[in-house]
Amino acid sequence: MIDLKGYGPRLAEGAVVTIELALLSLLLALVLGLLSASAKLSRNRFARGLASTYTTVVRGVPDLVMMMLLYYGGQVLVNRISDWLYENYSIDWFVQFDPFISGVLTIGLIFGAYMAETFRGAFLAVETGQIEAARAYGFTKWHTFRRVMVPQMMRHALPGIGNNWQVLLKTTALVSIIGLTDMVRVAEEAAKAERSPFLFFIPVAAVYLALTAVSELFIKWLDRRANVGVVQGEG
Amino acid sequence: MADDAPLICRDIHKTFDQNEVLKGISLETRKGDVVSLIGSSGSGKSTFLRCVNLLETPTSGDIIVHGDPIRFKTDRKGERIPADNKQVELIRARLSMVFQSFNLWSHMTVLENVIEAPVHVLKVPKKEAIERAEAYLHKVGIHERKDYYPAQMSGGQQQRAAIARALAMEPDVMLFDEPTSALDPELVGEVLKVMQGLAEEGRTMIVVTHEMSFARDVSSQVLFLHQGVIEEQGSPEKVFDNPESERIRQFLAPRF
Repeated sequence: MIDLKGYGPRLAEGAVVTIELALLSLLLALVLGLLSASAKLSRNRFARGLASTYTTVVRGVPDLVMMMLLYYGGQVLVNRISDWLYENYSIDWFVQFDPFISGVLTIGLIFGAYMAETFRGAFLAVETGQIEAARAYGFTKWHTFRRVMVPQMMRHALPGIGNNWQVLLKTTALVSIIGLTDMVRVAEEAAKAERSPFLFFIPVAAVYLALTAVSELFIKWLDRRANVGVVQGEG
Repeated sequence: MADDAPLICRDIHKTFDQNEVLKGISLETRKGDVVSLIGSSGSGKSTFLRCVNLLETPTSGDIIVHGDPIRFKTDRKGERIPADNKQVELIRARLSMVFQSFNLWSHMTVLENVIEAPVHVLKVPKKEAIERAEAYLHKVGIHERKDYYPAQMSGGQQQRAAIARALAMEPDVMLFDEPTSALDPELVGEVLKVMQGLAEEGRTMIVVTHEMSFARDVSSQVLFLHQGVIEEQGSPEKVFDNPESERIRQFLAPRF
């Protein structure tokens, strides 16, 4: 076994933080993605405008810049709102922007914009006849969405979701820069202190690789389930 | 006796942009009627059928289902839309549609396709819906395929499954939109046979079709549409053997 000079447990804790961060961000990204894809396809002009502003802005700004903006800027904003609320209404409200929350918010926000495009394409790929049949049989809009649209678009969306997830997972490493003690941060400290970068960064790389490999298997499994009823090689 | 008519359409107009596709179509059905709509492509017959269950909203005209007129209103853009979505959903559940390209939900098995609307729209208990579905799948002759997915079956089998799906709603009127047009020629017969059986049972049906022998032998009323108007209307004997309009003579004339 490799001797991690006592950093083993901390690295393991860091890995757990990475996984938590990635999963929570994914959840936020999926929700934002579905919402803004629906908004982009809606007949409401305001909703369409809002969603395309969101995806354009977010996809055009570097991840790191956005993260710093949210971490430092977000706290300033919260402080101002908090002061104003207290002075004017004596409401005592405060949120501490810790690196973890900032990380989840930024990564969720960024990948929500990418997911939006994935979902939008997937919704458009659902055959109109499938939706028309649902309408013709008296389904409500919600029922059509839940029982026909979502299951049918999933098989178009999954490859894109899988791709976004892998990039998202690796993007979590950026959060170490604003001070989150994820495994990258721990490895950096250890590598400096022990003057042995290979010893610490190679295991970190291996953990990322293992996580992406496992996710790939999981996505393949989901993909098989989403493609039920599709005869391969036909079309 | 108008209240007994399962479906009355009065003076239906439909305009897409500037293009008037339907120029006043009226139709009255009695219970057990089989109405065939014939005419060349672009004559408006499919559009009319789609207006009946509001997949398209008629620009003007009334649709009355069992004495219950569909209510419309005008939206902010000045377009006519149904006033009450709940009413539309209820009416659609009573007029079930069979599509040209089947439109079975591809992620569900045949049985799941047939029970979906009865369970979720009509709120039939699942066990009862399954029993009903199995009976109808027997009737259309594909019970042994009930656990197949649509893509695993031939077009004729898919269309028969779609007919079972329509039957399971126990509708007042069944709407068929060119049900055999997407089928290979050797599969047309099996679908027409099922439809003929339904007609003989006394089900009310409106059928948009290019199958002239079906229209002649099975229907009680034939409508010939041309450029959005009814050019000829009446019993099959009248429309096919003694038509007044010159256009239908051309339409029915042998092509070779």
